[in-house]
Amino acid sequence: MNVLKTTWLAATLLLFTSLAQAADLTIEITRGSDRATPIAIVPFADGDDLPQDIAQIVSDDLERSGYFEPLERRAMFDRPASREEVRFGEWGALDVRYLVVGRVSREDDGYRIGYELMDVSGERRMLGETVTTGRSELRDAAHYISDQIFEAITDIRGAFSTRIAYVTSSGIGPDTQYALHVADADGRNSQQILSSDEPIMSPAWSPDGGKLAYVSFETERPAIYIQDLASGRRVRATSFEGLNSAPTWSPDGRRLAMALSKDGQPEIYVMDIGARDVRRVTNNSSIDTEPAWSPDGRSLLFTSDRSGGPQIYRLDLDSGEEERLTFTGNYNARARFAPDGEAIFLIHRGNNGFQVARQDLESGRLVALTEAGHAESPSVAPNGTMVIFATRQAGNGVLGGISADGRASFRLPAAQGDVREPAWSPFLN
Amino acid sequence: MQLKPYARTLAIALSLAFVAGCSSTGGGQDGDSTGGTGGTGGTDGGGVSTGTADGRGINGDRDGREGQRATTDDRIPQTRTIYFEYDSDAIRSEFEPVLTAHARFLRANPSASVVLQGHTDERGTREYNLALGERRADAVESYLNVQGVSPSQVEVVSYGEERPAARGQNEQAYAQNRRVVFAY
Repeated sequence: MNVLKTTWLAATLLLFTSLAQAADLTIEITRGSDRATPIAIVPFADGDDLPQDIAQIVSDDLERSGYFEPLERRAMFDRPASREEVRFGEWGALDVRYLVVGRVSREDDGYRIGYELMDVSGERRMLGETVTTGRSELRDAAHYISDQIFEAITDIRGAFSTRIAYVTSSGIGPDTQYALHVADADGRNSQQILSSDEPIMSPAWSPDGGKLAYVSFETERPAIYIQDLASGRRVRATSFEGLNSAPTWSPDGRRLAMALSKDGQPEIYVMDIGARDVRRVTNNSSIDTEPAWSPDGRSLLFTSDRSGGPQIYRLDLDSGEEERLTFTGNYNARARFAPDGEAIFLIHRGNNGFQVARQDLESGRLVALTEAGHAESPSVAPNGTMVIFATRQAGNGVLGGISADGRASFRLPAAQGDVREPAWSPFLN
Repeated sequence: MQLKPYARTLAIALSLAFVAGCSSTGGGQDGDSTGGTGGTGGTDGGGVSTGTADGRGINGDRDGREGQRATTDDRIPQTRTIYFEYDSDAIRSEFEPVLTAHARFLRANPSASVVLQGHTDERGTREYNLALGERRADAVESYLNVQGVSPSQVEVVSYGEERPAARGQNEQAYAQNRRVVFAY
């Protein structure tokens, strides 16, 4: 038993201090939603010489969500900077429903950004705020503004100020290099937090956004580690004989669900992180893996091939009762709950490959969201509006995003190498 | 920044000691398959496991001197990769002689040990594939145990789809990746 070796691994601090600035991922919108709401985000006044184009970042955020269709800049006849300067009738004639204007001024050690959101047909200001920000935090400020606008219009909390973790690999065979990265939700500001010439898998965020659990083969055996993102310190949580895989945090942050094969074939276990013990919660002769917590923490989804092929099951942690959830097709795996607990997102094998699908739990109806291909590892935004996943583009591993209704999609390709296993952070503010 | 240099140095030191002590040799990576459907050749050096290159060098020298097939009980069989059908952990009949040769070597050399590295192709989800890779390696382990190999000589590590031997989204690449590697 070497659960949670408390010895902090000495190499880690060294590792973290080297925080390589990896090549960012770049967003490509591949399909806008046909139900997107027209909005215009006017370039912010006095923002021309800033290192970041705030209005463009906001525009990209809102477009990526699938909820909005930003007006192209060249169609803007006017560049108002405040409500007083807005000629509502003319914006209305462009079929713009909402309008965002703003201005930037320099402060001693940063910037002051004022912005306003207008309902064009009502000729009404819906939101107005002034944000002050440090010199290097302009992108953060822009994502914050996106969050406020998104919530003011949709009544859904924005998730643009969140982050994603993902795994990269480059090379083939013995020379393959693996790395774990954390970046902004739009793929920018990426930081490498671990690299190894052995595989790294299954990053999972703690509910407070402060830690990542993941699997690393750095000892040439799989083991689960927990790494604190601020300090870089980490601890090996499990290194049992056999598989140590698929860690996921309970909503209260006190437990990890995982798949271990120490007792034979892979089973689901729940580890109490504080008490350092693991409890086996499934028991049968087939593969059980890929656990995911329900938002209320009372049940787990998992993948099992007890029926012959992989299907999704739900385990009630109090009663121990298990229920098969998926019946469409012969391959359904790696499910994740929607934040409201009413649907699950999973990988479904259709006629031509693997795709991200959503299954409504009430009706049991499964709907494919992406084209058939090589989809893997769906991860749901904390507000439930988007799913990020891994797929392939021209043979390379890239990240893809799809709106929860399947209408809008984007890609996040890397400049080189393969990107995969995205994990969307919880809300961080 | 790398995790490995320290570990690699240590492991190489240990493995050299090990090699010197019991004449166990390295190799066993994807690239050195000499049989089966892959046939990727055995020229590329290095590998997943630390110390492999050193071990392989020694092995290569011995091969050169002796210049014969690995049929004697004191040498690790040369074919160290076997391949599987899609979504299957069944040992294909063409690879039974390979397993039999490894079983004989391990029985004859109780101090030798092997890591069975299970792999899958890239289709399907990663963590489920990790389980499928383990199932393949377990099937090999069971076969060896039935042939009288001590369980203490055999360890299973699954890599799932994380260490492909071949790149590409086609059946040829997939077939090379669905494998179990004997890593001594």
